[in-house]
Amino acid sequence: MHIPDGYLSPSTCATLYAGAIAGWYAALERVKRRLLSRFVPLISVFAAFAFVVMMFNLPLPGGTTGHAIGVTIAAIVLGPSGAILAISIALAIQALFFGDGGITTLGANCFNMAIVGSLVAYGSYRLISAGSSLSSKRRVVAAAIAGYLATNAAAFIAAIELGLQPWLFHNAVGTPLYAPYPLRIALPAMMIGHLTFAGLAEAVISAGLVAYLQVADAHLLRGTSGIPASSEDLLIPRVTATSPRRLWLSVALLMLLTPVGILAAGQAWSEWSPTEFAVAGSPAQIAGAGSVPSGTIPAGMQRLANLWTAPFPAYAPTFVKSAAFGYLLSAMFGVGFLLTLSLLVQRYVERRRTMRYSR
Amino acid sequence: MSRGFVESTIVSFSRALSRALMSEEIARQPGLLQSLDPRVRLIGLFALVLAVTLSRRLAIVLALFLAALLLAVFSRVSIGALAKRVWLVVLAFTGVIALPAAFLTPGRPVVVLAGGSLRITAQGMATAALLIARVETAVTFTTLLVLCTPWAHVLKALRSFRLPQEAIAMLAMTHRYVFLLVETASQMFESRVSRTVGRLPGAEQRRMTARTAGVLLSKSIDLSQDVYLAMQSRGFRGDIRILADFRLKPWDYVGLLAFLCAGGVAVWLGR
Repeated sequence: MHIPDGYLSPSTCATLYAGAIAGWYAALERVKRRLLSRFVPLISVFAAFAFVVMMFNLPLPGGTTGHAIGVTIAAIVLGPSGAILAISIALAIQALFFGDGGITTLGANCFNMAIVGSLVAYGSYRLISAGSSLSSKRRVVAAAIAGYLATNAAAFIAAIELGLQPWLFHNAVGTPLYAPYPLRIALPAMMIGHLTFAGLAEAVISAGLVAYLQVADAHLLRGTSGIPASSEDLLIPRVTATSPRRLWLSVALLMLLTPVGILAAGQAWSEWSPTEFAVAGSPAQIAGAGSVPSGTIPAGMQRLANLWTAPFPAYAPTFVKSAAFGYLLSAMFGVGFLLTLSLLVQRYVERRRTMRYSR
Repeated sequence: MSRGFVESTIVSFSRALSRALMSEEIARQPGLLQSLDPRVRLIGLFALVLAVTLSRRLAIVLALFLAALLLAVFSRVSIGALAKRVWLVVLAFTGVIALPAAFLTPGRPVVVLAGGSLRITAQGMATAALLIARVETAVTFTTLLVLCTPWAHVLKALRSFRLPQEAIAMLAMTHRYVFLLVETASQMFESRVSRTVGRLPGAEQRRMTARTAGVLLSKSIDLSQDVYLAMQSRGFRGDIRILADFRLKPWDYVGLLAFLCAGGVAVWLGR
């Protein structure tokens, strides 16, 4: 999954560097807010551990071997911020010292494996293991599933990055300039290997490590377990939730910026409506596909188009005349809906946890 | 027992160590790249890698490959070692990925095989050649940077680019402990192999690997605790101070200008 130099265009690399820098900054700020002096050696040694674990040849069912990333155990022991930093540092050393993985693609590799991988691993592990004791078998299963999901999520994002290259970057005669395969080839080619071997390798090593820690060093699992800390847990300082004020301001700013979408000319690729297909030449122009019959609405699309009518079609409720206000209103509705949903889930999880501890 | 996976793990450990030693050895030799300030090397080679990815013409990418070859020769990097350790490995990996593109990329057919069911297109051949050339050239530049610059100098150069000091401290510390942990893991596997007779079933092999990783994790956490206490005992209170003592000489400015001009011309001609 280490994308070498030359597979991604410079603009893709720059975008993913920007995404990675945002992730690194947020993670470093969260870590610095806690005991920095303790975290520097902890994350460094953990990064070295992840580096070494990436070199392990893990025997898999079927007689083959695979390599793990180590992102799941990092997310379980250090939490997502620590895992983002530790895996990024391991990847940076691989690229800068061993020449494994590119320099221009370091941002992409960190974004895929360290940031997406850590967040998916942490989220799925917390969700599946919620309310279980430190020695519960559910934690082992949760680590296996988290490892499998994290590896496949990272591979999926990498496949999308690679699969978009021929569509975005080709010369006048249609020669792809970077990774040559479109999404329909890149996605299955990448995912088959990860759904079978690589995901399994991460699942096996994560589950094995959690099972080992449950017996040997259970307090290392406490930091991200949600179980209240005891005095012996000072080894792994927990990263507490940050003040939500900055998050609220960011959400508000993003909502205010939603009308910027109106400035974009044309329709986003693969988001065409049946009416756009009816306009001769439009889909062929947008897709650059040439083979799309102009002025014809695909039969399947026409049949399925009316299955669901959105309450705010095209981000513009019918009763609103201003397009910009429609975008803003849609953003407020969307954010409000997601907040309500997450509050309900949080309340449900909290109630279950309280019931378990009161038993 | 099937020693394949254990032995291949030990081999990958020793390969990493020998590569690091080779890098230290080459970096100490006098040569063109070695004579330049590490910051110039880092910026210059990064600019050339960027030029490789920005160039859209095969001829320009091949010209940059020739430049990489000349840089290697003048920096006393063995072409044989470069071919064996870099070019063949990249050719095997990227070649397998790129070759089907010759058949799968839509375009003007130039060779028709198997009664018309297989077609090699001009666009497919061009994209496969461009990808292989680009990856080979970029990896050669990166390898030259890695081989001709000691890690301590890479870190010093990164410090000058205003990276957060915590990040530099973590990179430095990780690099130091990678070798310790590689050696520890290698010894653990070797001792396990030496006291195992017969063939372990697959599930037991997996358990053994996971347990080895677990012991290594416990050792790592203990090590980090020791390092923390050692840092505290030396008066570390969370502030990281780093000395930066590089000075650019006229030769470094010439080198930087040459790198940037070469990169700029390649981007201009290859657009």
